[in-house]
Amino acid sequence: MPLSREQVLHIAELAKLGLSEEEVTRFTEQLSEILAYAERLNALDTEAISPMAQAIIQRNVTREDVVQPSLPVEEVLANAPQRHENFFRVKPILEE
Amino acid sequence: MELHELSIFLALHYLRRRELSSVELTRAILKRIKRLDPLIHAYLRVTPELALKAAAEADRRRAQGEDLPLLGIPLAIKDVLCTKGIETTCGSRILHGFVPPYDATVVAKLRAAGAVILGKTNTDEFAMGSSTENSAYFPTRNPWALDRVPGGSSGGSAAAVVADLCLGAIGTDTGGSIRQPAAFCGVVGLKPTYGRVSRYGLVAFASSLDQAGPLAKNVTDCAILLEAIAGYDPKDSTSANLPVPSYTEALTGDIKGMRLGVPKEYFGQGLQPEVERAILEALRIWKLLGAEIIEVSMPHTEYALPTYYLLAPAEASANLARYDGVRYGYLYPEAQDIWDAYRKTRQFGFGAEVKRRIMLGTYALSAGYYDAYYLKAQKVRTLIKQDFDRALEVCDALIAPTTPTVAFHLGEKVEDPLQMYLQDVFTLSLNLAGLCGISIPCGFADGLPIGVQILGGAYQEETILRVAYAYEMATDWQFYNPEL
Repeated sequence: MPLSREQVLHIAELAKLGLSEEEVTRFTEQLSEILAYAERLNALDTEAISPMAQAIIQRNVTREDVVQPSLPVEEVLANAPQRHENFFRVKPILEE
Repeated sequence: MELHELSIFLALHYLRRRELSSVELTRAILKRIKRLDPLIHAYLRVTPELALKAAAEADRRRAQGEDLPLLGIPLAIKDVLCTKGIETTCGSRILHGFVPPYDATVVAKLRAAGAVILGKTNTDEFAMGSSTENSAYFPTRNPWALDRVPGGSSGGSAAAVVADLCLGAIGTDTGGSIRQPAAFCGVVGLKPTYGRVSRYGLVAFASSLDQAGPLAKNVTDCAILLEAIAGYDPKDSTSANLPVPSYTEALTGDIKGMRLGVPKEYFGQGLQPEVERAILEALRIWKLLGAEIIEVSMPHTEYALPTYYLLAPAEASANLARYDGVRYGYLYPEAQDIWDAYRKTRQFGFGAEVKRRIMLGTYALSAGYYDAYYLKAQKVRTLIKQDFDRALEVCDALIAPTTPTVAFHLGEKVEDPLQMYLQDVFTLSLNLAGLCGISIPCGFADGLPIGVQILGGAYQEETILRVAYAYEMATDWQFYNPEL
């Protein structure tokens, strides 16, 4: 089933991804094509098959709860586009 | 022989005999990079001062009697691995200017083994692509024919190795990104078993599939590099807590009585006839060397591509949520509010293929479609893994073409994502199954290299290296070089 333009806009909003008009048109077409290809999987009966999230499974990997040195704050904040003292600076999240 | 032609194995020999210094070797490579990289564009960033400093330090240590597995060897690192103090962009605008405050474990291990880091190699943006054309900066060119792609996403690393712009390189492989460029450039590339090499500091694309591994001039160098980077890392809880064998000791040349499986599904439609002939000829050589060739069936092979292109984008869409312009990288400067900042930062920071995969993955995970796409693909992944398990019950390793064709032209597939994805048709099953594989050169068609894959079970890197080495000893493909 081909994707609609509204669906593409909805997915972009879920992913907080701005798209140009041209991208919306192109992705509507390309994603429909890729999804149509993916529907080949429906040829397989997987009713009795369990899903696999990871091929090589490491179970219950734990470690002692010991405090270890962190990265230096200055070096980490050096990459921030905007900072305020020892914080990352962002635009307001809650309206007044 | 010129210095840049040296393999890691030979360079170590001369360094150990004090017939060569790391500074001399590093200078020779840097000179070659300066001359040739403006044509090839293998590197996003070369760090000559840091490299020469590390080389001088290696020479000083050697003079004091120290020896290490890679002491003084100049290497290249794919730009998706964090390097402390050296900009790491993943080939993306969104990470422009990002200077990691720490080394990836792979990089830390190479440094600890004495390696000299020359710089960071080009990659498709966030390792998403099969041609290195998705780099936000520039495409890399295939040293065998500059109008062709080097493959991808580790195209910069593969091109650097074959053009002698480093002695060896590290790449990453999520769906074939080490093996496919290795085949296109005529070098050796190994994708380790999931968990064999730490992913700490490897910028995440698809966390259940990503592995870093070596690209090298020959199988011996590949084994040396793998030995240096493999092993358990407490910082990556998916890394395997298993001892690392001596991979070079596995290179005996003896494969008598080994059973090599040939999955019939990897031959047929879409496979270039010259590539098929080269693989069949390689099988003939393995047989002459004493291996038993067995036809096997892996019936779910045709479903690997759609499975991969649902699962990998799903994981990517979650992993790439972190690029929000807050902690590092690009931030859209004129946003109205925080939501506008997120949308525009990602709109202008990401390239077309990354956006396409974020969209695809978000859709596959979204309410109402999760069962139909994501869950379905996870179930088919189980079937694909079972195919490998069954085949490897009766065989020691599997033999298959690495790519359906030789290197294609730049621009040939960029407008058609599905055609580009089909490049990975022979490589991505292995990532879904979490197993190990190596691609080695096995011939040429129209002057362009062909690669053959040897696929092995979990932690069977010694087996695939042994099979690869026996073939390499019996042939001379490693001695062919592009004219530059």
